[in-house]
Amino acid sequence: MRREIPTFIAFFVGIICIVQFFIPHWPFGGMVNTFSDWFGLLQAFAIWLGALNLIKVSLERSFNKKSHDRWYGIVVVFSFLLIAIIGLFFSGARGFQLAGTRFDFLYVNIYTPLSSTMFAILAFFVASASYRAFRARSWEATLLLVAAFLVMLGRVPLGDTLTGFAPDGYRLSDIASWIMTYPQVAGQRAIMIGIALGVASASLRLILGLERSYLGGE
Amino acid sequence: MHGHLLTAKNKLNVFASGLLRLGCLAGVLLLCLTPLAFAQTPTDASSAQPTIAQPPSPNPPTAVTGRDFPNDNGGSIIVSWTPSTDDGAGLKNVESYHILRGTAPAGPYDTVGSAAAGQTSFTDANVHAGTNYYYVVAAVAMIPQPGGAPKAVFVQSDPSPAVHGVAQWFHTRRLNALIAVIVLCSAILYFINAAKSGKALFIRKIAGLEAVDDAVGRATEMGRKIFYIPGTQDMDEVQTLAGITILGRVAKVAAEYEAQLEVPVSRSLVMVTCREVVKEAYLNAGHPDAYNENSIYYLTDDQFGYAAGIDGLVMRDKPSTMFYMGAFYAEALLLAETGNSIGAIQIAGTAMPAQLPFFVTACDYTLIGEELFAASAYLSREPKLLGSLKGQDVGKGIILAIIALGIILTSVGALSMRTSDPDKLGGYNIGQYFDVE
Repeated sequence: MRREIPTFIAFFVGIICIVQFFIPHWPFGGMVNTFSDWFGLLQAFAIWLGALNLIKVSLERSFNKKSHDRWYGIVVVFSFLLIAIIGLFFSGARGFQLAGTRFDFLYVNIYTPLSSTMFAILAFFVASASYRAFRARSWEATLLLVAAFLVMLGRVPLGDTLTGFAPDGYRLSDIASWIMTYPQVAGQRAIMIGIALGVASASLRLILGLERSYLGGE
Repeated sequence: MHGHLLTAKNKLNVFASGLLRLGCLAGVLLLCLTPLAFAQTPTDASSAQPTIAQPPSPNPPTAVTGRDFPNDNGGSIIVSWTPSTDDGAGLKNVESYHILRGTAPAGPYDTVGSAAAGQTSFTDANVHAGTNYYYVVAAVAMIPQPGGAPKAVFVQSDPSPAVHGVAQWFHTRRLNALIAVIVLCSAILYFINAAKSGKALFIRKIAGLEAVDDAVGRATEMGRKIFYIPGTQDMDEVQTLAGITILGRVAKVAAEYEAQLEVPVSRSLVMVTCREVVKEAYLNAGHPDAYNENSIYYLTDDQFGYAAGIDGLVMRDKPSTMFYMGAFYAEALLLAETGNSIGAIQIAGTAMPAQLPFFVTACDYTLIGEELFAASAYLSREPKLLGSLKGQDVGKGIILAIIALGIILTSVGALSMRTSDPDKLGGYNIGQYFDVE
């Protein structure tokens, strides 16, 4: 029963979701929203599992003097308690997230800059990844390098300045547009079609109970 | 006596005549002074009554009708109207329309929405199927007021005829999707049955999945950890399910090789599911005692917080192998580049097209799109799962054939219309869309 009941629920919900896509009439129409609401409720309750697990793991690290993660554990526990206590008890009973509250102060001055920093690091990682990707080690990589070079140059005014002698339609900006409109879109669509079929196939396996390893079984 | 009477009578006559003359004089004076008095009125600013001509109100919209929104559960009605003659023309003072709804022609009517000037329809998506409704559309104009802010003027149309929402039993515009689903499912089920009956099915090699055993073995040899990242989305994302399915296979190999597996997750439900899957994998591998619940732990739901947490762990622990299987967004490159910087062997798989180039660049192997979903069948080699892959391939073949047919028909059609007489084609000349001399 440990696997049969979840499998039946997956089958029932999956079939309803497919049927409601084609039958808008009651009781099928809108059932996806109901299931989505239920999932939201599950998520809301499950967040406690995650939060408690985070505290437990971090406390264990904090008290383990040999762990090189010890100080990170202490920082996590301190930050967690700080934001929770400030949000619950020192930012008003309601509307703690409103501008001007202490919780908002922490959010704006600590959380937002940290998130922005992580996102900004992405720019450097893109540069290093691009450098690696554009090394012409094979003919595919060389093709990629040439295409990327043309697209990048075609997207800035310098590209058209360099190819100003060429007739309309044959300048670098036109070549860049052509690459992005035809080969790039064709490749992306091919991947999308494969993904769509893969999702359909995987969903069918899950609905029919052929794929049950996510339940903890083979 | 008579003389006295006469004298008195004369005096009375004279008095009366005097009164009459005085009255006439007063009347003449009044008549003469009246225009003067009125002529002085504008000089009194405090009591001024300016006579500014009021701009006329716009004409109301007409022909308001309602009709059922097609292919829904009866919860929507489309309201249409002929715009006011002063909308974009005439007085040009219509600024918007308010749509009002009532359950009786006489009202009361409540506002259910608004539409900008120029619009001629509105969808009321908050009705009960089967209930009769009447709609009124009001043209809204801002009329300038003397010495004050402009005042909104609402000019209502006549009520529409009664209309009600009707729930449909079939979404007619999704017939093509239904046909595709039936064809695809039939193909998949056929090949699943064929595989069950023992028919040999050829599945091409997927390099990323072939490398799983080597990657786990490398971690064992180096005595370092394996990090498995199941994406940043929750259990309602099919990519997460696919990632967790692969986790089961990786955990089993890790248990057999006695390698250390660590799974930091960003969703509580994913953590619980991953624990079940890994526990079962260790049990199946014959090493239930090696399973450590704390190796699968929650970090945070926050996208960049999660990326920062994993990057920190990676830099400190320096795992030898990293798996990224699931749905990823901008954190994909942050994770993969950090793993690359420590020299870990990295295997990624995602169906997020925007993140695939990053994984391809930073990882040793990448499962592209459909390969992620094929992984469980590929790794398990179960006939019924492999059958579903073949069915998927049939679907791909059908789509390719339809695309090829579409290309041929479009090309032939375009060429034939370019060279034909437009009159013979019902006046339609596709050549106008091409640069035809």
